[in-house]
Amino acid sequence: MDFTTQNLTALFENLAARMSAERDALCALDGLIGDADHGIAMEQGMAAAALAVPNLATLQDQFNAAAKAFLNAVGASSGPLYATALMRAAKAAGPRAAMPRSETPALIAAMADGIAHRGKAEPGQKTMLDAWAPAAAAAKSGANWAEILSAAQSGADATAAMQATLGRAARLGERSLGHKDPGAVSACMIIAEFAKALG
Amino acid sequence: MAPTQKLINDGNHAVDEMLRGVLAAHPNHLTLAAPRAVIAKHGPRAGKVALVIGGGSGHEPTFLGFVGKGLADACAVGNVFASPPPQPCVDAAMAADGGAGVLFMYGNYAGDVMNFDMAAEMLEMEGIEARTVLTTDDIASSPDRAKRRGVAGNVFIFKAAGAAADKMLPLDEVARIAAHANARTYTMGVALSACSLPQTRRLNFDLPAGEMEIGMGIHGEPGIRRGALKPANAVADEIMDAILAEMNAPAGAKVAVLVNSLGSTPLMELYILYARVAARLGAADLSVHTALVGPYCTSMEMAGASITIMHLDDELTQMLDHPCDCAMFRVG
Repeated sequence: MDFTTQNLTALFENLAARMSAERDALCALDGLIGDADHGIAMEQGMAAAALAVPNLATLQDQFNAAAKAFLNAVGASSGPLYATALMRAAKAAGPRAAMPRSETPALIAAMADGIAHRGKAEPGQKTMLDAWAPAAAAAKSGANWAEILSAAQSGADATAAMQATLGRAARLGERSLGHKDPGAVSACMIIAEFAKALG
Repeated sequence: MAPTQKLINDGNHAVDEMLRGVLAAHPNHLTLAAPRAVIAKHGPRAGKVALVIGGGSGHEPTFLGFVGKGLADACAVGNVFASPPPQPCVDAAMAADGGAGVLFMYGNYAGDVMNFDMAAEMLEMEGIEARTVLTTDDIASSPDRAKRRGVAGNVFIFKAAGAAADKMLPLDEVARIAAHANARTYTMGVALSACSLPQTRRLNFDLPAGEMEIGMGIHGEPGIRRGALKPANAVADEIMDAILAEMNAPAGAKVAVLVNSLGSTPLMELYILYARVAARLGAADLSVHTALVGPYCTSMEMAGASITIMHLDDELTQMLDHPCDCAMFRVG
């Protein structure tokens, strides 16, 4: 069965609910190495995206509307990063009302490319890309959704042993060691919701 | 833990309710150009470079308090501790544009850079030239000046750029003076207690009783190290040692000084710090041309203070002395 605009509307509703539920946990994680607002940004962004996507004709329109809504609700660093990711997903989905489920892992790869491009990050710098990049690599190699999610989670877990060299935590040096990157943790939550909807 | 005590209505609306209050309190200075884009009533004019500042909320009077004639022309207002998205930056710039280009100035944070850069690209498509000068005055945040974050020194750096723009200098010159001002401004702070976001009302870090965080950022980012809370003179000495070593100003040089409250630290404590700062400057044969003491760049209810020294030359002295009239800051 194809993945439709209605399915994508439901997926954004789930993303908004998930980020709302995880808000305080993400803020607490961010408080250890950053400024404690990551959960708020993700909650606001996904809530705005969920409101923007219903009643649009194509998956491309939906992802683009979600990108714009997320960006304007949030700003911060997650705003431009996820807006760029969602615009890349829009391009990958194309101007159609449904796409074959077998093609959907390409959405993850496109989102990861957008995040890398906008953030000028490389894997290993203790950022959200450390979850997105391995997920994208798995998606490109033909992995199933369970494997894509597992790759993202391993990547996020590995950020605990990384010293941040980019983003706000970079100023901490060695003091960033031992804590997972909150952006990588929320990335896993997003990929988990995609996997639940598409797997 | 019990939620922190704040005089708010709804944490999700705190920024917009504050903005409503600011506009209501200062109708002669500020007006709204677009949602989250505040513009000076007087200041922007044809042929003048538009100075547009901005950043997250929670640092008041930074940023919107420095919008007014002779200083910034407009300001983009973000959520608490979060960069504004590109749209209000574009709206602020278009509203302030006098046909001589736009200079964006804001603190060096990854999120702000991404959003303002997107705004600059959008302005280019409208045929408006936009340049950027980042502030990087927090000497505790990195040994590399280009990687440092921008903190309380903003007020002097924006002031210099705003004066240059008000004197109708061209964009190249305003940007040069802005960068020159930034390069000669040095800030370092200590935090004595945490702050809390209006949405969560939970303290954003743990600081045990009797300790202080040295070099903490203005969003509660951890600093260089933790140590036992020391008397004011010892804290001032540690900061001044670091600043004077890096500034390396010759005897007889002039400086501007800011002793800034991070939020809840009162004037009494700031003036106790200032007394020591003045003594240290005197001992180094440096003369104070301008002194500011008070809350200029805060971190909501955080306790603590920062010390900023700007190493003046004739040009920067002239820029700091140039009159400005903002809702929360006046010179002349």
